[in-house]
Amino acid sequence: MVRFILTKLVMAAMVALTVSIISFGLVYMAGDPAIALAGETATDEEIAVIREQYGFDRPIPVQYLDWLGNAVRGDFGISYYYNMPVSDMIFSRLGTTVTLGLCAISFALLISLPMGVLSAIKPNSLLDRVAVFIAVVGEAIPSFWFGLLLIVLFSINLGWLPASGSDSWQSFIMPTIVLGYYATPALMRLTRAGMIDVLSSDYIRTAKAKGLRPRKVLFKHALRNAVIPVVSLAAVQMGFMLGGSIVTETVFALHGAGFLAWQSISRNDLSTMQALILIFSMFYIVFTFLADVLNAWLDPRLRSG
Amino acid sequence: MSTTDTSASEGKTVTQKKEITPRQALMKRALKNRNLMVSGGILLLIVLIAIFAPLLAPHDPYKQNLLARMVRPAFMGGDSTHLLGTDALGRDMLSRLLYGARVSLGVGLLATLMSGIIGTTMGLLAGYFGGRIDQVVQFLINVRLALPAILVALACVSLFGGSITVVTVTLGLLLWDRFAVVIRAATMQLRNMEYVSAAEVLGARMPRILRKDILPNVTSQLVVIASLEMASAIMLEAGLSFLGLGVQPPTPSWGLMISEGKEMLLFESWLITIPGLCLFVLVFAINVFGDGIRDISSPEGRN
Repeated sequence: MVRFILTKLVMAAMVALTVSIISFGLVYMAGDPAIALAGETATDEEIAVIREQYGFDRPIPVQYLDWLGNAVRGDFGISYYYNMPVSDMIFSRLGTTVTLGLCAISFALLISLPMGVLSAIKPNSLLDRVAVFIAVVGEAIPSFWFGLLLIVLFSINLGWLPASGSDSWQSFIMPTIVLGYYATPALMRLTRAGMIDVLSSDYIRTAKAKGLRPRKVLFKHALRNAVIPVVSLAAVQMGFMLGGSIVTETVFALHGAGFLAWQSISRNDLSTMQALILIFSMFYIVFTFLADVLNAWLDPRLRSG
Repeated sequence: MSTTDTSASEGKTVTQKKEITPRQALMKRALKNRNLMVSGGILLLIVLIAIFAPLLAPHDPYKQNLLARMVRPAFMGGDSTHLLGTDALGRDMLSRLLYGARVSLGVGLLATLMSGIIGTTMGLLAGYFGGRIDQVVQFLINVRLALPAILVALACVSLFGGSITVVTVTLGLLLWDRFAVVIRAATMQLRNMEYVSAAEVLGARMPRILRKDILPNVTSQLVVIASLEMASAIMLEAGLSFLGLGVQPPTPSWGLMISEGKEMLLFESWLITIPGLCLFVLVFAINVFGDGIRDISSPEGRN
């Protein structure tokens, strides 16, 4: 187990390092960042000033190491647009995004677990069909459009919920539904498939043959095993969702890190953009690492792989 | 069993059964699969609309008419000159939707083709050689998965400028991971089959084995992943354009039309409902089509 964790840890660290190079280098792939910051109408002198001010005149590897060294200590430099420390801006907004992510994954699990289990118990029943319908629609509906439809219904027509902002808990309801629904189809399909698989296995038949109550067989024997892969997928989805929060937060103008990402990208705020790509990637890396470890802990067969 | 059976009538039925090639059997299963046929029909219709958009469109999709702004669709009390109404600049919605199919399908197809070539090559090499090459490919897959696609795509479009080409290439470079994962696993299985060893013993070279012995056996998986990736490319294009960092105005992209309609959300919600519905139907049809292909080509689906 220790060996398994160490291998995964080394892999995660290497991926993290590569991601940091990409998030730093992205800005340089498109050309001179000083020109991008100064704007198209800037004179050569203005560009030179910016180049010196932000240290773009140093060799790129030096700039990278400097940036990485500071980033590890939680310092992402000064925002080129807002003129304040990037880390202050990000960390003050990260809470909103993490709250949204946790609400959304809970919402997704609350729908997908019961629906997945019940539809596995009675395949082709009405409930199974409803579950399949929910999944198929969820896979095809663009989340930004779904968000706008909810705004039309609940904010404009019914006037129940605020259409934008993040002042009250009501502001989180629609974003939670949109982001949670985005994660629901995969979780529901996996629960259903896992449950069908487990229910047809020998030990469930034995448990039934012993005369255990169906409810006990279902919850104590079957569900436990079917839920293992769902838990790890939920962890991975959580990592994905923080990335998906960009669209959702922008639709609802929810002042989280995703909305900040959109603002900084549209305003050419390169340092904030670099920092956010790195942070969102790190979330994903940490969550998949945790999912791998959790999986191996629950299912010893995976440890050798 | 061959045609030299003693009983003539029996021999006939046997040969008839025998003459069905695997491809014909697949076609037969396809024709019987209702979901596949319906979704295939919808997709064909959308492709035809995209190709013949200039012939079908009743108006110029770029022509503004400030005297006829936000005319309601015919079924909501508008008139028949603009069947689906006009947008905030007085451009005909129906014409813009028809042309929008070109953007969605074009970006979807080209991005999928590009990511398919990248991912399949990586998957084939990793699965065939294993060892170091496999480790490198797995590492690249992990790096790609760690990068949030929408954020990186947004950043690229803002750095390189918003155009259909930039959006397509960015998505093509981002969506190869699933191809690589699935083709790698499938190749690993096929690699140990006897006919592959036989080809190796006969002296066939690696590119030939990958092309002639392995690739044809992973086509059904390829089609299924391609459909999934095409759906996500179309969704991402719409999402990027919606966020203002994808296809730029005045190009008629469905995502952009939703973004433009958002300004009028308070008064005229049909401006976003109709393009969103188009997007939904297209992605829905692609997903169902992919599911259908998987069903008819998987071993369980053959009976």
